[in-house]
Amino acid sequence: MGGVKLVATTQSFFCTRVQWALKLKGVEYEFIEEDLRNKSPILLKYNPVYKKVPVLVHHDTPIAESLVILEYIDETWKENPLLPQDPCDRAAARFWAKFADEKVVFGVWTACTMEGEGKEKAIEAALESLAHLEKQIEGKKFFGGEQIGYLDLVLGWIPHWLNTMEEVGGMKLLEAEKFPCLIEWGQNFIHTPLIKECIPPREKLIEYLTASLSYLRSLAAKKP
Amino acid sequence: MGEEVKLFGVWGSPFSRRVEMALKLKGVEYEYFEEDLQNKSDLLLKYNPVHKKIPVLLHKGKPIAESAVILEYIDETWKGFPLLPKDPYQRATARFWARFVEEKCMPALFNCTVAEDRKKAVEEAHETLKLLENELKDKKFFGGEDIGFVDIVADFIGGYWLRDIQEIVGLELLTKEKFPKLCEWSDEFVNHAVIKECLPPRDKLFAFFRTRFGSKS
Repeated sequence: MGGVKLVATTQSFFCTRVQWALKLKGVEYEFIEEDLRNKSPILLKYNPVYKKVPVLVHHDTPIAESLVILEYIDETWKENPLLPQDPCDRAAARFWAKFADEKVVFGVWTACTMEGEGKEKAIEAALESLAHLEKQIEGKKFFGGEQIGYLDLVLGWIPHWLNTMEEVGGMKLLEAEKFPCLIEWGQNFIHTPLIKECIPPREKLIEYLTASLSYLRSLAAKKP
Repeated sequence: MGEEVKLFGVWGSPFSRRVEMALKLKGVEYEYFEEDLQNKSDLLLKYNPVHKKIPVLLHKGKPIAESAVILEYIDETWKGFPLLPKDPYQRATARFWARFVEEKCMPALFNCTVAEDRKKAVEEAHETLKLLENELKDKKFFGGEDIGFVDIVADFIGGYWLRDIQEIVGLELLTKEKFPKLCEWSDEFVNHAVIKECLPPRDKLFAFFRTRFGSKS
C-alpha cells in the first residue's frame, strides 16, 4: 500500500500526531514540508477548503483535519490499533479528543497569548481543563491503556509543546503537585523512541512560537 | 437488543434531534427525557459532568456525550441502516464535512443574527454554504440515495431551524437563487419518512424563534 505523502510542518503538533500514527503502524511516507507564510500549490490543491496542514495524501487522494486523518489511518492500516475495540471506549476516546482540541489546546494557547488582566482568568480556565485530563490518566500508563493509543497521540503535544508555550507565554501550568499523573504520562510518552524521533528541536519551536505570539499580539493591537 | 437506551435532550435542539434521527433510522427503541436547561437535572449533571449539556445518550448504564460522538457510537452499536459508508476514504470525507458543518457553517450562520456588520457576516455564511452546495453536487442526500451521517449533522440547515431564523430575522441565507441544490436537499430532508417524525413541531419552533429573535427588519 504505497503512495503515502504527508503535507505538514515540523512545528505543528497537529502534524506530528499524524506522523506518530503512521510510524506506530509502520507506514512509510514522504514528508513534504510546507511554508505556511507562502502556501504551496500542492497544499491549495489538496486542502482547498481550509488551506491548512496536515494533509495526508494516499494514492493521490487527500484527507484533511488531523482527527479525521487519524481515524482514516486506523481504518486503513490494521496493525497496532489506535482506537479501542469496544464502541463505548471508542466514544470515550473521541469525546476526550474533542475536549482536548476544543478546550485544552484553546485554553492553553489563550493563556499563552493573553496579557494583563485577562491572563489570570485564562490560566484558571486552562488549569480547569487540564484537571479533567489528570483525572482521566490517573492509574493508567497511557490514555490508551498499556499501549499508546489515539488519545495519547491527540494529547501528545503536552509533554513538549506545552512547556515551550509556558516559557514563551510567561506562565506555569503543569505543576508537579497538581498534575503528577499527567506529568508522568508525558515523560513515558515523549521518551518512547518512535515518538521522540518526530518532535521538533526545542529552540526551533521556541522561535516559531515566539514569532506566532508577536504576530497575534500585533494583530490584537491593531483592532479598534 | 433489550438493553435500556435513554436520551436526554431538549425538544428544540438540533443537536439532540440528530440523535433521535439516528436512533429512529436504525429502529432503536429509547426512552426520552426532556431537560430544562434553566434547571438542569441531577441526572444530566451526573452523566455529563464535563460540559453539563444535552444530548446525552445512556446505553447499558453508560453515558455518551457530544452529538457527533453519539452518532458514531450508535452507528457502531446498531448495524442496521449504516450512517457512515464502509470505505475508509468515504468515511473520512463524511467526517470532514460533518466537522465543516459544525465548525464553520453553523457558527457563520449564527453569527449573522448577532454581527454588527451583517453584510459581511452574510457573505461569510454564503461562502460556507457554497462549499456545502459544491460537495452535495447532484446527490439526493450527502449520504447518497438515502440519509447519512452528514445529512443528520447538517439538520440545522436542512430542517426548519435555519428557514425559520432567516425568515424571522430577515436574512437571505439559504435561498433558491444562490443554493438551488441545498434547497432541494432541504426539501428532501424534511419530507423524508423518518426524518419528518424527528423534527420539532413547526409552530412551536417558529414561536420560540420569534420570541428569541423578535422581528427585525
